[in-house]
Amino acid sequence: MANRPQPINPITRVSGSAALLFVALLVIGPLIALWLRADTSSTLVSADWAAVRFTLFQATLSASISVILAIPVARALARRTFRGRSVLVTLLGAPFLLPVIVAIFGLLAIWGRSGFVSQIFQSVGAERLNIYGLTGVLLAHVFFNLPLVTRLILQGWGRIPVEHFRLSAQLGLAPKDVFLQLEVPMLRGILPGAFLLVFLLCVTSFAVALTLGGGPKATTVELAIYQALRFEFDLGKAAILGLLQFLICGFIAFWSLRATTPVAFGGGLSTATQRWDVSSKFMLLQDAIVLIAITGFLGAPLIAVIGRGLPALSNLPTAIWPAMLNSLTVALLSAVLSVLLALTLAGFIDSLKVRHNKMSSVIEGIGLLTLAVSPFVLGTGLFIIIHPIADPFALALPVTALVNAAISLPLALRALLPALQHNRLTYGRLTDSLDIQGWARFRLTTWPIIRKPLGFSTGLAAALSMGDLGVITLFAPPDVETLPLIMYRLMGAYRMDEAASVALMLVALTLTLFWLFDRGGRLGHQT
Amino acid sequence: MDIKLENFLVEQTDFSLSADLTIKHGTTAIIGPSGGGKSTLLLAIAGFVDPARGGISIGGNIVTSTPPAKRPVTLLFQEHNLFSHLTVFKNTGLGVRPDLKLSKTQIEQVEDALEKVGLVDMGTRRPSELSGGQRQRVALARALLRDRPVLMLDEPFAALGPALRHEMLDLVARIRQEQNSTLLMVTHNPDDALRIAEHTVLVADGVAQPPQPTVTLLNNPPPALAAYLGK
Repeated sequence: MANRPQPINPITRVSGSAALLFVALLVIGPLIALWLRADTSSTLVSADWAAVRFTLFQATLSASISVILAIPVARALARRTFRGRSVLVTLLGAPFLLPVIVAIFGLLAIWGRSGFVSQIFQSVGAERLNIYGLTGVLLAHVFFNLPLVTRLILQGWGRIPVEHFRLSAQLGLAPKDVFLQLEVPMLRGILPGAFLLVFLLCVTSFAVALTLGGGPKATTVELAIYQALRFEFDLGKAAILGLLQFLICGFIAFWSLRATTPVAFGGGLSTATQRWDVSSKFMLLQDAIVLIAITGFLGAPLIAVIGRGLPALSNLPTAIWPAMLNSLTVALLSAVLSVLLALTLAGFIDSLKVRHNKMSSVIEGIGLLTLAVSPFVLGTGLFIIIHPIADPFALALPVTALVNAAISLPLALRALLPALQHNRLTYGRLTDSLDIQGWARFRLTTWPIIRKPLGFSTGLAAALSMGDLGVITLFAPPDVETLPLIMYRLMGAYRMDEAASVALMLVALTLTLFWLFDRGGRLGHQT
Repeated sequence: MDIKLENFLVEQTDFSLSADLTIKHGTTAIIGPSGGGKSTLLLAIAGFVDPARGGISIGGNIVTSTPPAKRPVTLLFQEHNLFSHLTVFKNTGLGVRPDLKLSKTQIEQVEDALEKVGLVDMGTRRPSELSGGQRQRVALARALLRDRPVLMLDEPFAALGPALRHEMLDLVARIRQEQNSTLLMVTHNPDDALRIAEHTVLVADGVAQPPQPTVTLLNNPPPALAAYLGK
């Protein structure tokens, strides 16, 4: 037996199995609860079907617009070198980390009824804008996802071998032919996965629907669940809607995993490729307009948040301090839990890869299952489970931390697993032959490789949980607050200056958390 | 066609290459340690790297600011010479018309070229279905069709075994003779240089030396080359 692998370390096996059981229970438990509680006697009324239709309709539109607009942006970034290019690429990463409610505050400051654009319209005698409803939902979804897709496509451009651009230049291919021969095949590989990913994110973006949607014309399934639970207290109906939402997400997630979306945070973004087919004045002008437009679209709401928040910092609402403590506790707990689960699962999956490849894939599938279950569905299921035993409202913060950890798990798993696998494939035999085992193996060979993705995943999980305005809205009683929840309540009461000050604190804390962990993972890192 | 580099300098962030030399019509090898600037020299002649100063002329015409497609040059890279989603036939056909709108005679020309490099009946295959040697044959067939006075190879056979590499070198030598072109070939193997090149340029430490007869250079190597060859 030439390739006989080492036996699986018992610690890896026990901790891995425990993590697996925990995740399976956490995901499947709520689904069973929904199934049992679903009130089949009460049929869904037409308003519920309208919610399903609106959910699918807005997600299709949001994903299409994001993908179509991302192509010229990514193309301009891929072929132009200019001062501030790296700043713009970083700016593209910001919406993913930005708390949803803060982004919406910024968008309203620009596009809302009393926003910047409305004021210009009014001064020239035109109508003020009203973005509540479909327009607002689309605007917010494009704001979040256009940059994400741009980064995905930009990586695709980075992976086209530089030789192919040289070859095209040597053969004298016209710009149109370069596009057809080099860029279209690349786009064909990336766009389906990107579209499905954005579609999934738009189906599950509760906070956007809560703040900008609503009413009979713009209610999503998740918003309908929220209303059934919080206002009508109709658990049976909430359960049915939860199952419907699970079916929609599960279907999309299945196809999206099969489409093998590239990782959104990989390399290939740092430099533009030198090109010989793009020097015409027309293309230069086109790229300049695209880049200025995207900078304005992404930058203006952020500047609005800072501009309104800074002067208001002097009169922060006093409720902000307990809320900040709650937010930080939830964020840190869920980040640590999520990364611990991911690490033990990833180690287990990787150790099974050699001899039990099938089983290892199944476990990976379970780890990614929370992609298919929206946080809201999990929350609804947990609510139904907890309700007969304890007061769900008393458990608002622990449940939020738990659900957020489950939701960040696939992201962390996708960052850690490739690193572990790469480590095994490159150094596995060498480490085996030197007989480096146990703790020494982890410390000497595993840790140096995983600390970067580990720091990044922890930062991401903390940031996402910090900005969460989903499950918490289902569970929180009026006297429990987190920073996003305070912001939402202040905005609902039109206390915009106070909301702006909270927004600024929230952004600062979120970015600091992410930066600390991400930076910690890179500190003293070679390569 | 003679290739002349005068007072020539390429500067990149952590690297530079200078040259002041004339490459005569015929076959010339380029040899030297990796990272020394061999590929940069070819990229500069093909128009992919702009010089900081100095000029290039090919066959008496100054081409220093001529775009790559307008230079009388075909350059074969080490890899990625083919578009992976196009068939062998289309990859070759790009050498006749970049938009692939081929007339009947042009289609026959492409088929002839494929036959010359020993790829009859392979036209419908994709690059992924070919061996490494076959892929470079397709690139050579396209070079045949482009029929440029200067053919440059950047170690395109480095990944092939000795027998196959010799076969490909002989094929290249035949093509060169048929088209009476100037051949420039980067290699890290002194035997390859001896096999087909009368002259050899040594590129080391960011300087391209003027060509010398291959036999003289290899029998009496300067220190940089001696260290590289391990003599």
